[in-house]
Amino acid sequence: METQVNLSKVDRNQEGYLNDFSQWNKEVGEEIAKEEGIEMTPRHWEVIAWIQEQYKADKALSVRGIKKSGVLDIKEFYALFPGGPLKISTKIAGIPKPKSCI
Amino acid sequence: MANHLRSKLKKDQWQITIVDQYRTHYYQPGFLFLPFDIYTEDQVKKVGKKFIPKGVNYVQKKIDKILPEENKVKLEDETINYDILIIATGSKIAPEEVEGMKGKNWHKNVFDFYTYEGSLALRNKLRDWQGGKMVVHLTEMPIKCPVAPLEFAFLADSYFKEKGMRDKVELTYVTPLSGAFTKEKSAETLGYLLEEKNINLEIDFAIEKVDNDNNKIVDYGGKEVEYDLLVTIPTNMGDELLERSGMGDDLNFVPTDHHTLQSKDHENIFVIGDATDVPASKAGSVAHFQSETLTDNILLYIDGKPLKEEFDGHANCFIETGDNKALLIDFNYKQQPVEGTFPFPGLGPLKLLKESVFNHWGKLAFRWIYWNMLLKGIPIPFVGRNMSTKGKKL
Repeated sequence: METQVNLSKVDRNQEGYLNDFSQWNKEVGEEIAKEEGIEMTPRHWEVIAWIQEQYKADKALSVRGIKKSGVLDIKEFYALFPGGPLKISTKIAGIPKPKSCI
Repeated sequence: MANHLRSKLKKDQWQITIVDQYRTHYYQPGFLFLPFDIYTEDQVKKVGKKFIPKGVNYVQKKIDKILPEENKVKLEDETINYDILIIATGSKIAPEEVEGMKGKNWHKNVFDFYTYEGSLALRNKLRDWQGGKMVVHLTEMPIKCPVAPLEFAFLADSYFKEKGMRDKVELTYVTPLSGAFTKEKSAETLGYLLEEKNINLEIDFAIEKVDNDNNKIVDYGGKEVEYDLLVTIPTNMGDELLERSGMGDDLNFVPTDHHTLQSKDHENIFVIGDATDVPASKAGSVAHFQSETLTDNILLYIDGKPLKEEFDGHANCFIETGDNKALLIDFNYKQQPVEGTFPFPGLGPLKLLKESVFNHWGKLAFRWIYWNMLLKGIPIPFVGRNMSTKGKKL
């Protein structure tokens, strides 16, 4: 994995998720998106902002929850972040991926 | 809570009423064992009224709604007033949230084991099931007892081995998460378990629907997993009465302060156990530890003093891994499960995040502890309300 210059100063875990959300900014998100092969558009950023709001409010993120939110439908979510939309979008948003207790 | 509070509040000043919507009180951890004929029906249910302490009113009725602005609870045929309300309505499965899940094959070849009815129906199915593709599936987080689906897969492996038919069963574990183990330490130390037990793993699976005609589950990204027998953990939600009362979030869990357990919207309402939206595990041990903090806080609230910001998300759970072994995990909001000894540093006798026969006995002993200690509000010996770092490899 090629790490960009400004990402090297950011504290990330083995899988590339930020360890500290306070180190996140739009440029960091942009660089992580590049690693994932995603070109960010205004629509991507709207979704990222919503995901960060959920995180700050301690809401569990799930694909079904996103469907219910009315923010976007699932097809679009997959189209924006192909593969694993939840784990990719959380990585770009600088927050932990959804986890269980173990 | 009634047990804790009745002994601390003067009877001539405070009246305590429990409203229970259900006549039967279930030992829900037993629903994991019922399908495999490890527990019997009688071991997992008792009449709730038997556990009500003296000096506490017991009302067994359906609840229509809470009227938080009026300090009232509207029941099916009467309305009662309160000065302080504790919400402990738990969480339950909502299979109707996924298309086709509660369809024509519900409890025929699509089962839950989070209800008494589902667990029992599954037991009856397994008793003469001839084998095939068994899929153990988790719909989404948060769920009650987050380790239960994995435990189910491990116990199923043991069960079929004992029946001499493991070679006739293809076991697959399907999760919406990025792995069977999602915390770093657990993934490191327990990653071997699925391979050792020959359980297939399907990750990042966000279920769209259950296809009852073709016996497969389909994910939003187009992935499909076929089954002959589907054991699923549906979406978990809080009680509908919280939706009717306008007090829940989109999963009907009540917004609650993480450390004081006071409702975020109403200062004379407190919330405990699975009914809260706090990011602790939905587990019996959590409710038990919360009850100790909450008792103190209700007494402080009555005295008009500031509440203790004390609850740390402490959870303590046994995890069955099959073959008469189990793991133990002890963790909180901030500390992920790690290896070590419990409850005595260096001595144990229980081992953290490591399989042992002793842990399995601990899990089985817990049924007795539940009925005889936890429900009565008796503290677990040597295990405090807040997580201890002693004996943990940090």
